[in-house]
Amino acid sequence: MNTIMRIENLKKSYGNVKAVNGISFSIPEGSCFGLLGPNGAGKTTTIEMMEGILSPTSGKVYFRGKKIDNHFKKKVGIQFQSTALPEFITVKETLEMFRSFYPKPRTLDEIIEICSLTDIIDRDNRKLSGGQRQRMLLGLAIIPHPEMVFLDEPTTGLDPQARRNFWNLIDRIKAENTTVLLTTHYMEEAEILCDQIAIMDHGKLLELDTPAKLLTTHFNGVIVRIPHSGLLDFNFENSAVIGDFLEITTNNLDRTMKELLEAKVNLEGLIIKKPNLDDLFLKLTGASLRS
Amino acid sequence: MKKFTAIVYARTMEFLRDKGTFYWNLLFPIVLVVGFSFAFNGNNDTIFKIGVIGESTLGEEAFLNLPSIEQISYDSDKQLPLEKIRRHQIDMLIDFNDGTYYLNNESNSSGLLRIVGEKDLAGFQEKELSGSPIRYVDWLVPGVIGMNMLFSCMFGVGFVIVRYRKNGVLKRMKATPVSPIVFISAQMVSRFIIVILTSILVFTGTNLFLHFMVHGSYLLLVLVTSLSIVCMISFGLIFAARLKSEELTSGLMNLVTFPMIIFSGVFFSLEGTPRLMQQASKFFPLTHFIEASRAIMIDGAGIVQILPNILVLSGMTLVFLITASVLFKWE
Ligand SMILES: Nc1ncnc2c1ncn2[C@@H]1O[C@H](COP(=O)(O)OP(=O)(O)OP(=O)(O)O)[C@@H](O)[C@H]1O
Ligand SMILES: [Mg+2]
Repeated sequence: MNTIMRIENLKKSYGNVKAVNGISFSIPEGSCFGLLGPNGAGKTTTIEMMEGILSPTSGKVYFRGKKIDNHFKKKVGIQFQSTALPEFITVKETLEMFRSFYPKPRTLDEIIEICSLTDIIDRDNRKLSGGQRQRMLLGLAIIPHPEMVFLDEPTTGLDPQARRNFWNLIDRIKAENTTVLLTTHYMEEAEILCDQIAIMDHGKLLELDTPAKLLTTHFNGVIVRIPHSGLLDFNFENSAVIGDFLEITTNNLDRTMKELLEAKVNLEGLIIKKPNLDDLFLKLTGASLRS
Repeated sequence: MKKFTAIVYARTMEFLRDKGTFYWNLLFPIVLVVGFSFAFNGNNDTIFKIGVIGESTLGEEAFLNLPSIEQISYDSDKQLPLEKIRRHQIDMLIDFNDGTYYLNNESNSSGLLRIVGEKDLAGFQEKELSGSPIRYVDWLVPGVIGMNMLFSCMFGVGFVIVRYRKNGVLKRMKATPVSPIVFISAQMVSRFIIVILTSILVFTGTNLFLHFMVHGSYLLLVLVTSLSIVCMISFGLIFAARLKSEELTSGLMNLVTFPMIIFSGVFFSLEGTPRLMQQASKFFPLTHFIEASRAIMIDGAGIVQILPNILVLSGMTLVFLITASVLFKWE
């Protein structure tokens, strides 16, 4: 697969704060790439440097092998983490205005249909709910038939139903062979939507792989989760304290259970589960947060 | 071009639908003009002012001694009192030396005075003058409209761009293929249309009741107004180039607009003020607008007489635009 976008050793500093501290990766054309990380990890800074909105302190950004140029903005769609819309004008008027900016825009009907905007099309921008607003902003992002869309936390603040609807929208965009780069705090979302996931923290990349590979590399076996009160003296292999729980990752459940019993641990509240990306996220970023 | 008109449309709609701002822009100047016209046109009409030259040959019972008539004596040079009649500042002049009296045929008081004085002034020769009055409102209206233009231009473009920068609208624009030049000039054009239309509306609206004196050409008046609007908008753009905080911007804008309004001669004439102040006022676009439009309206000035104002306004516009474009940043 062709690489559509590639970044090389990207850095951005604000005074002493190294918001992004040397990140490299490439995104295959037509794929969905997820950028994950806790608050302040540097996701927005990274994505905005890729969009050409922020200029990097150092490092390079390539789009189809070339540095981003004047035509770049005609070919991509951008949705910021927070965007103000012009006030006192309707959704339709806003879409029409943005349509006029691009040489070959999608028709209004198409945008309305894809983003389900029929009900709110004549509503003033200021009177949209969070979910309606996100749909509208996605509508703006897809106007130019973009080769690639950048979505910074598009589903933050949406209810589960609205989030699922949003996933369907993104599936439609992916079906047009549009490359998607999105940031999110929801592992489930990344697992469902993304072909590749990059996990970052403190401006650095911690992991980058497909969701399935990430799980098999980091976890073999299952997780045993017990309320940790009174357990802290015990030393189990592959264990970590996460919140109120002790989590033991094991590929030999039989042995682990025996050990717990021998140690006369109170098994009340014990859970055995298959590890998912949430666990991976906590394992990677939680560990670094503690250190 | 398509982008351009789309932005102009959106911005104009934003203004028209923001009812508060819209009515403020329209009603504020109208209220000011009408208010002042009442305040300064009070009960002057109930008393007649009659100028007198020479010793009165009329008896004690003559109309000149009625309580509602005020006599003002002038020396034998008629120049001054005659001008006062033309301007409606006195109602009648009686010259006892040569037995003539003067009335202004455009003044409401003339007919009445003619009848009242008929008996006493038998044998006097009547001479008629003409001329409409310069009232304070005639003089004030360009000032108030200019002041309104200044506010609307500064806050409607400069301030709004700072707000767009703060709330992220500019950032969203930066993410599209729209260039800053297109975006900013569309903002300017939208505001230009709004300000020129409100100015014309305010003028014609108040003119319906107050019938301003316009001796010069309306076309020239519109030309000077248009140029001044462009100049004032460009001035506001300098503030919009970098600033991020709305509070700071509005503070700075008030800091410069208030002295401009006070020292541009909106409410009182600069004649007789210190020289330094008069010269400082030449740096304000508003001063040149007011000077030129008063000259056109009251003195009937043509393009030649107001050419200095036009040149200064054009020069200022150029300087403001260059400064703003050198300083401008999306963020
Ligand atoms: N303009 C700025 N000036 C100074 N520091 C900044 C600026 N923008 C971001 N930072 C800092 O850079 C770091 C990364 O911020 P960034 O917005 O990229 O995080 P993020 O991963 O998007 O977080 P979130 O999930 O909360 O959106 C943070 O520590 C933030 O405080
Ligand atoms: Mg962010």
